[in-house]
Amino acid sequence: MSLRIVVCVKYVPDATGDRHFADDLTVDRDDVDGLLSELDEYAVEQALQIAEEADEAEVTVLTVGPEDAKDALRKALSMGADKAVHVEDDDLHGSDVMATSLVLAKAIEKTGYDVVIAGMASTDGTMGVLPAILAERLGVPQVTLLSEVKVEDGKVTGRRDGDTASEQLEASLPAVVSVTDQSGEARYPSFKGIMAAKKKPVESLDLSDLDIEAEEVGLEGSWTAVDSAAERPARTAGTIVKDEGEGGKQLAEFLASQKFI
Amino acid sequence: MAEILVYVDHVDGAVRKPTLELLTLARRLGEPVAVALGNGAADAAPALAEHGAVKVLTADAPEFAEYLVVPKVEALQAAYEAVSPAAVLVPSSAEGKEIAARLAVRIGSGIITDAIDLEAGDEGPVATQSAFAASFTTKSRVSKGTPVITVKPNSAPVEAAPAAGAVEALAVSFSEKAHGTKVVSRTPRESTGRPELTEAAIVVSGGRGVNGAENFGLIEALADSLGAAVGASRAAVDAGWYPHSNQVGQTGKSVSPQLYIASGISGAIQHRAGMQTSKTIVAINKDAEAPIFDLVDYGVVGDLFDVVPQLTEEVKSRKG
Ligand SMILES: Cc1cc2nc3c(=O)[nH]c(=O)nc-3n(C[C@H](O)[C@H](O)[C@@H](O)COP(=O)(O)OP(=O)(O)OC[C@H]3O[C@@H](n4cnc5c(N)ncnc54)[C@H](O)[C@@H]3O)c2cc1C
Ligand SMILES: Cc1cc2nc3c(=O)[nH]c(=O)nc-3n(C[C@H](O)[C@H](O)[C@H](O)COP(=O)(O)OP(=O)(O)OC[C@H]3O[C@@H](n4cnc5c(N)ncnc54)[C@H](O)[C@@H]3O)c2cc1C
Repeated sequence: MSLRIVVCVKYVPDATGDRHFADDLTVDRDDVDGLLSELDEYAVEQALQIAEEADEAEVTVLTVGPEDAKDALRKALSMGADKAVHVEDDDLHGSDVMATSLVLAKAIEKTGYDVVIAGMASTDGTMGVLPAILAERLGVPQVTLLSEVKVEDGKVTGRRDGDTASEQLEASLPAVVSVTDQSGEARYPSFKGIMAAKKKPVESLDLSDLDIEAEEVGLEGSWTAVDSAAERPARTAGTIVKDEGEGGKQLAEFLASQKFI
Repeated sequence: MAEILVYVDHVDGAVRKPTLELLTLARRLGEPVAVALGNGAADAAPALAEHGAVKVLTADAPEFAEYLVVPKVEALQAAYEAVSPAAVLVPSSAEGKEIAARLAVRIGSGIITDAIDLEAGDEGPVATQSAFAASFTTKSRVSKGTPVITVKPNSAPVEAAPAAGAVEALAVSFSEKAHGTKVVSRTPRESTGRPELTEAAIVVSGGRGVNGAENFGLIEALADSLGAAVGASRAAVDAGWYPHSNQVGQTGKSVSPQLYIASGISGAIQHRAGMQTSKTIVAINKDAEAPIFDLVDYGVVGDLFDVVPQLTEEVKSRKG
């Protein structure tokens, strides 16, 4: 039987752009270019490698996001994924992690899966918890933050490099996996891949397709509320000296004046 | 007074500093009840009592070490059900965040991750978060369920506040889900004898400019003269000059020390994401245009191979 892999990818504002919040305190997506979260490229890469190792496999990329989020799906398709699912609904605007994960879990169940693969964190919210939440919601094992991953004989194995130890993990499928940026460089889409992506199917789903009520998601339905967002005051310009032989000593003088020595 | 559940991060009973900071924050919200799990859990009690825990719930079972995350979630859930707290606080480590998130789903609550400050508000705790590589500061609340909040290291002072710290055994029974992900083997990280990166008061980091694994000795010597932890940029890590566990930045550790010294690091947004909240920032870089200089309190435009050894000597001689 074919191995069904679903990759969760997020469309995020470019980190090198001028990211900020809109008046309703959600992320302003209009003023900044969006792209496929760079950390999700690693998830797509591992999905493609797992598919290449399997006898038969299908890689579906899934996103929850506005109209423009299709760009993220196209990028993943041009890397080599087979098809895409886009959950798009005006009522999703402002969803927090509980709301987003609810939608993703329903869409994953509807699509059908043996393995779900996600990035270690998005580059905007950077919570790093969505994969664990998905595992909880789907009721399957979490095999997260892997720097090495393998899927074989109905099992997923991998290495997790934690704070105090490096662990070798194992779980049976179905499972939710997340991979770090140590898992291996992501491939660049080839010209052929980019052309092929244009013909690949992108399925659009809305909340009613997933039996989710508008009240369960979006700004109003979310489990958290943002009360204020303030730009951090610019740092006052520091002292900059040019080293003319005494740079280390001058720096020591500064550190002493600040009581660090 | 409301009880606040505090998840304890400890190694064989030695409580890690971020948990003691959490107790300071918890006392602003109510009476801290600490939950310590795994090997040596009961040994953690005196330190927790010393810092304000009115009660310490402990449990040990082989499951905590043999399976990933879920056994700890189930124990924390048992504590939650026993206490009915007004909030649950967990240190923002990778594992802490996953434990907190799964607990939040189970108890039907919202979650806030990576808070950098916490205060009591009319509608429950208000968390300060730092967004978009620390260029924004937000204030948020959990609006559904019992607030579950993870807090970054260095967000509050460690304060002694002796309390009863009565130790109680926590009864936990594990579901089948707890056995989902097996930890087949574990290789503990070797200690370098230097302070823990995320907890250190001073961090000295090296980047691509250090130009080779052998030259990281210069960075280490400076760190040792200051009693500091050593960090590295991803460029230095990817080149194999320093272990990934020392990477500072978006996909590495996020640090918030009193003093951060960057040598041979340009200051890319992903690096800044992990160090921009440092109190005092110092950089040594030979390129006067490097973006890191936009952040610094003090910068030296110069060759790190000249400046760093001179600084190390000067620190040593001043410290006598
Ligand atoms: C600065 C900031 C702070 C925030 N703080 C909070 C908070 O404290 N609490 C809260 O509930 N919400 C918060 N949010 C909202 C939250 O980030 C998003 O709702 C949400 O998409 C999930 O969190 P994440 O992107 O941080 O996920 P992470 O857990 O960091 O993402 C991990 C992986 O999940 C997958 N993924 C995440 N989102 C999607 C998606 N929409 N479609 C497909 N795959 C996806 C990707 O594979 C990604 O790599 C915050 C958002 C911002 C911008
Ligand atoms: C998704 C993603 C996640 C990332 N996560 C991280 C992360 O967690 N941490 C991180 O650091 N990066 C991260 N990066 C990489 C980041 O974008 C930069 O590539 C990286 O930080 C550059 O490291 P660097 O400053 O050491 O190297 P460079 O940018 O090459 O800078 C080297 C600097 O050294 C200076 N220099 C050279 N020789 C000397 C000398 N003799 N004396 C003094 N100065 C000298 C140069 O002038 C230059 O400014 C990430 C990137 C992506 C896309």
